[in-house]
Amino acid sequence: MNRHFRVWRGDSSGGDLEDFDVEVNDGEVVLDIIHRLQATQAPDLACRWNCKAGKCGSCSMEINGMPRLGCMTRMSTFTAEETITVTPLRTFPVIRDLVTDVSFNYEKARETPAFAPPAGVAPGQYRMQQVDVERSQEFRKCIECYLCQNTCHVVRDHEENKESFSGPRFFIRAAELDMHPLDARTDRKQHAQQNQGLGFCNITKCCTEVCPEHIKITDNAIIPMKERVVDRRYDPLVRLGRKIFRRDQLEDPVPAQRTAPRTAETPSGQRLPEGPPVGPDGRLEIAELAAPLQGGLSPFGEDMAFPLPPERVTYHHPDADTSPPPAGHS
Amino acid sequence: MTTTATRPGAGGIRAAISARTLRTDRWWLAPLITFLGLSAWVAYATVRVFLHKWFYVEEYHYLTPFYSPCITDRCGDAAEFGTPLPSFWLIPEAAFTLPFLLLFRLTCYYYRKAYYRAFWLSPPACAVPDGHKTYSGETRFPLIFQNAHRYAFYAAGVISVINTWDAIRAQSTGIGLGNVILWVNVIMLWAYTLSCHSCRHIAGGRLKHFSKHPVRYRFWTFVSKLNTRHMQLAWITLGTLALTDFYIMALSANWFSDLRLIG
Repeated sequence: MNRHFRVWRGDSSGGDLEDFDVEVNDGEVVLDIIHRLQATQAPDLACRWNCKAGKCGSCSMEINGMPRLGCMTRMSTFTAEETITVTPLRTFPVIRDLVTDVSFNYEKARETPAFAPPAGVAPGQYRMQQVDVERSQEFRKCIECYLCQNTCHVVRDHEENKESFSGPRFFIRAAELDMHPLDARTDRKQHAQQNQGLGFCNITKCCTEVCPEHIKITDNAIIPMKERVVDRRYDPLVRLGRKIFRRDQLEDPVPAQRTAPRTAETPSGQRLPEGPPVGPDGRLEIAELAAPLQGGLSPFGEDMAFPLPPERVTYHHPDADTSPPPAGHS
Repeated sequence: MTTTATRPGAGGIRAAISARTLRTDRWWLAPLITFLGLSAWVAYATVRVFLHKWFYVEEYHYLTPFYSPCITDRCGDAAEFGTPLPSFWLIPEAAFTLPFLLLFRLTCYYYRKAYYRAFWLSPPACAVPDGHKTYSGETRFPLIFQNAHRYAFYAAGVISVINTWDAIRAQSTGIGLGNVILWVNVIMLWAYTLSCHSCRHIAGGRLKHFSKHPVRYRFWTFVSKLNTRHMQLAWITLGTLALTDFYIMALSANWFSDLRLIG
């Protein structure tokens, strides 16, 4: 059966929607149809994709105006007469056809301070309870498809906000680390408010609506982060206490504005990227090196030697087989 | 066909798509319903608050939540906490509580979504352009005061206690439909108030180690379950408030009489 498609073709110098009539079979998704277009009618149609299973976050596109993953949008959700319009993500600069330059997101990622374990705890020694780490784990489901970043009207409709606004994906990162039981940094709330632009969010929840991993971005990350900022910024009782006890002078101030000039590598963002937390020798700590052995640790404990001596086993061997071995057995 | 080689970071220009939105579904329906629903409710509530009559059924001690606690000279027997205010048409009978209730709903994380979308069109729906040229969100005056939601929540907690007291006071003689309506309203108001995102944060959301605070963790779990229904509860309570008020208004104006279940 043939369906009508309109696909945006072009690059940064301009472009337009192009019409295609293309075959569609049962069980196919939009990405399959894009591939069929490449195979049959438009061999130079550019499209980014990888896993076709909704886990890599590459095939983000806008299908009938809604930000979706091409591989997770079933053709059966459209009626037979419906024209399906496929365009690149609007918020990011276009490279060609359906491929956009999402480096805005990587830049914002570099500006987010990394996980910082408490002093004296080496990798391999992290211990935490499931109940403590559960909230952070929801945000680890993120596949970085950047549909939330694309749909957020703060940057989608107002390009000028890109400098001071990091977007929903990095709010869940900030929330993940602020809620993490072993993260020792205490300035994450400040960072979220002053450098990530948490105050720009007006909780209209489009990020949650488009998330293919169904992360409750607004309810579980952005609103809790806003409340955590309120704890220290807008709570009049807390402010009064801080004034009286002079706590406000004890905290390290976070630079509110960027301190270095914009370059081609860091065109947007208020905070400069941070390097990895290396040791005095300039190298990262690696978990395996903290262990006494190479490779994974034994689930039975490192002081257990195999085979166990017979007096320590808790079962009886079956009676020894006294029959002669089969012929030919050496 | 494009033949030029392109590399990231070179252009920085978005795809030239002329249509403002390419959405083909009825994205305008949800904001429209929100707009009509909230406007109708605000109109009804404003009229009722400034009507200054038909708020109290003396026989059964029914007091409408829009006039609770009743603190002006008009209140008569409905006054449970004295009448410090004069009767002037601009002063609502519940002048001490209505501003806080208004603030609680205005700064509520659900209603913010609802009216930013339906009234302010910022944005009207996902992937539909914002109706405004510039946008600063909640970073500056006056919207930065949305962060005061927590204090409105504390006030709303106190007001829920007063509403509960009204339902208990109405329990003096027998049981009528009015009692049932009042109780349903109070239970729903409590559910809405406790499902608040600020309540969730205060209950335990602010903790880093749930394992060290098992009681607060359980309370947080309970509030989290309610919290997923915050939107439904927000609309349900608008409905129960209007219904309770209308029922008591009708009884008070003698449009019909209370359906007595017992006594």
